[in-house]
Amino acid sequence: MTAESVPRHSPLAHAAEHFRTVTRLSGGALRLAEVPYLTQLTVRAEPGGPAVPGAERALGLRLPAEPNTLTRHGSRTALWMGPDEWLVLAPPEEAGGLEDRLREALADEESAAVADVSGQRTTVLVGGPASQELLARGCALDLHPRAFRGGCAQTTLAHAPVVLVARGAQKPGFWVLVRSSYAGHLGAWLLDAATEYTSVLVREW
Amino acid sequence: MLLIACPWCGPRDEAEFHYGPEAHHDHPADPALLSDEEWGRYLFFHDNTHGPRAERCCHSAGCRRWFHTVRDTAHHEILAVHRIGEPKPETA
Repeated sequence: MTAESVPRHSPLAHAAEHFRTVTRLSGGALRLAEVPYLTQLTVRAEPGGPAVPGAERALGLRLPAEPNTLTRHGSRTALWMGPDEWLVLAPPEEAGGLEDRLREALADEESAAVADVSGQRTTVLVGGPASQELLARGCALDLHPRAFRGGCAQTTLAHAPVVLVARGAQKPGFWVLVRSSYAGHLGAWLLDAATEYTSVLVREW
Repeated sequence: MLLIACPWCGPRDEAEFHYGPEAHHDHPADPALLSDEEWGRYLFFHDNTHGPRAERCCHSAGCRRWFHTVRDTAHHEILAVHRIGEPKPETA
């Protein structure tokens, strides 16, 4: 068999060095980094319907029922994306295996679907004590933990459609899931917005 | 700038939404049975309301669901929101 393998290339690979520089220059206020190649699966099922328990067993975590909330178990996260839609995040090495287990669990269900959408978006880690303030420069949502209780939301950041995921109480910061085609723009915007914390413009690639 | 309360996501900036046409102006079940005039009336005739008007709305940058709003066309106040399939709420 002659299968050609194309080396994987993440949408923000070119920005990695700039992200590291900003992280260093911010003196601990910010941490920017791409979290590439996360496994992302879209699960569609009727909420409260017969397909949900099977999907939950295959995933090992509950699918959140409340809008704009998430559930975590180990390294897996399930995000509420719509009344009958969830996005499951898992480490890159779970690609394939997790999808197969879900497909198996949903095989007999007529109104359920699973799709691997890992290539659709990449993830940017925006961490550190200044992360909330940084995102507020381009996002209309109140991201203070008091207001952003659900921990996840689909919205726009610097005009780009994103999914914001709070990292949790112990770790200040967010995962920003952005579509691959918007990633370059968002990366450049983050570097520009971070100027305040670095006193140097780290940009242009 | 309007704040529109998505029935699922809560109040969000109007830039996250897409405007849809008049709500409760349903597509005829079988257009082939209509006369040209009836079909023309469905396509081209709408209430040009001055006051509360039910409209469709899509939370396109959020949960991507369509729902209905009742907006006062005179001053853009959103008087109510309701999900597809729910009856238009009373807005006195």
